Amino acid sequence: MHKSIKLVLFFLVFGVFSLYAQDHNESEKLQQKNEKRAEHFEKVHEQKAEEEYELKNTIFHHIGNHNVYSVMGANIPLPAILYSPGQGWDIFMTSKFEIGHHGTGHKGYNRYVLSEGTIYQIADKDFPMGEFHVDGIERKMEKVDGKTKEVQYAIIDGKEYKLNPRSTWDGGYLGGGITSFYDFSITKNVVFMLLSFILLFWLFTKIAKDYKKRADSAPKGVQSFFEPIILFVRDEVARPFIGEKYNKYLPYLLSIFFFILTLNLLGQIPFLGSANTTGNMSITMGLALIAFFIVNISGKKTYWQHVFWMPGVPWWVKATILTPIEFLGLFIKPFTLMLRLFANISAGHMVVLVFISLIFIFGNAGASVSGSITGMALAIPLSMFMMALELLVAFIQAFVFTMLVASYIGAAIEEHH
Amino acid sequence: MIGTITSVGAGLAVIGAGLGIGLIGAKAMEAIARQPQAVSDIRANMILMAALIEGVALIALVLSFFV
Repeated sequence: MHKSIKLVLFFLVFGVFSLYAQDHNESEKLQQKNEKRAEHFEKVHEQKAEEEYELKNTIFHHIGNHNVYSVMGANIPLPAILYSPGQGWDIFMTSKFEIGHHGTGHKGYNRYVLSEGTIYQIADKDFPMGEFHVDGIERKMEKVDGKTKEVQYAIIDGKEYKLNPRSTWDGGYLGGGITSFYDFSITKNVVFMLLSFILLFWLFTKIAKDYKKRADSAPKGVQSFFEPIILFVRDEVARPFIGEKYNKYLPYLLSIFFFILTLNLLGQIPFLGSANTTGNMSITMGLALIAFFIVNISGKKTYWQHVFWMPGVPWWVKATILTPIEFLGLFIKPFTLMLRLFANISAGHMVVLVFISLIFIFGNAGASVSGSITGMALAIPLSMFMMALELLVAFIQAFVFTMLVASYIGAAIEEHH
Repeated sequence: MIGTITSVGAGLAVIGAGLGIGLIGAKAMEAIARQPQAVSDIRANMILMAALIEGVALIALVLSFFV
């Protein structure tokens, strides 16, 4: 066990440092190459810094999903896989954007521009293909369809080009809005999902092997750490809610429990990019959809009878109220599963960010030192308390999700009694 | 104007959920005090019920954000 911990630590430290070095080299090269453009870029940025500290924007930036993995000041490029109709596929690393301050790209490629870690497309369809320089991104408040919205402009060679805004029919929660192009990129959240997948796969194959090897003796090492958790899911969640046939659903329940738990915990490690993976609605939507299909496909005759024609209730009650409500309930159940996980994890991240933002609010965005110190004195204990609370929430939400899915499955497979 | 009204709605939803979850917590504590041996059953059901109430509150919150 000690060996494995050392190994993980070594890789973490080694990885961070090698990426640091790489980033350093790249940024040096970049500075030499186009100092002039960088100067202009900084000017645009300075103008922004003089304005008031934007709490809402900062928080939504930090809980969002990005095409760049920013960790401890380093910007690690990630693969971008984009498709837009009429233009075809574009597959490249986001280092092509020459990522600068705040994850905004100094360069554009094939009409794509990187703004605050997120890829946008230039609205002008006649814009030439290939690489181009971006001097900066301007944000303006404009009236679109009666609502004031933020519209972004890319400044290219002194001219302003409008960027396609993300549609916000989802309120901007589905990973920051729907893009005008198809984005299959390996984003920060996808990286963390893959990371948790690798971690869990490695851990659980090891544990399974241990059980085969020492079938009759007591658990040892990692095995003895995970055995109570696995038994907890089996004895407190699966068996009481599903009943006799729990064995069939136990692998699924264990998978979602550990997947959600790992992602919740990975998102809370400070200085690790704080990926808000389970606080992204598209990911919780995926989990809820899987639950929806598993529950309804395993639904027995009694379950469907209770949904559409509840026995023992007058027919007019069934026809007017009960059946519509029960039918809607089929969809509301996974919908609340999706919202609960998303809202709890996002809210936790947001509260921690608000507490950390106290430093910048009191410090007037770096203008007053004494204010910053007051802010820090407040922010450190408050955010530490919040993070301790979030540690509890990470376990509770994984448990609640699993338990609710188990109870839905239990209701679906219940035979007539 | 609409923004203010939806904010009030979000606040009301939170008050309702707070009352509901508070009642569940109070009753669960009472039940545990009466029957300490049933603590694990009570705790599991308490969390389940709290989660269900939370779901309703979340629907109200999200609706208030969308409108």
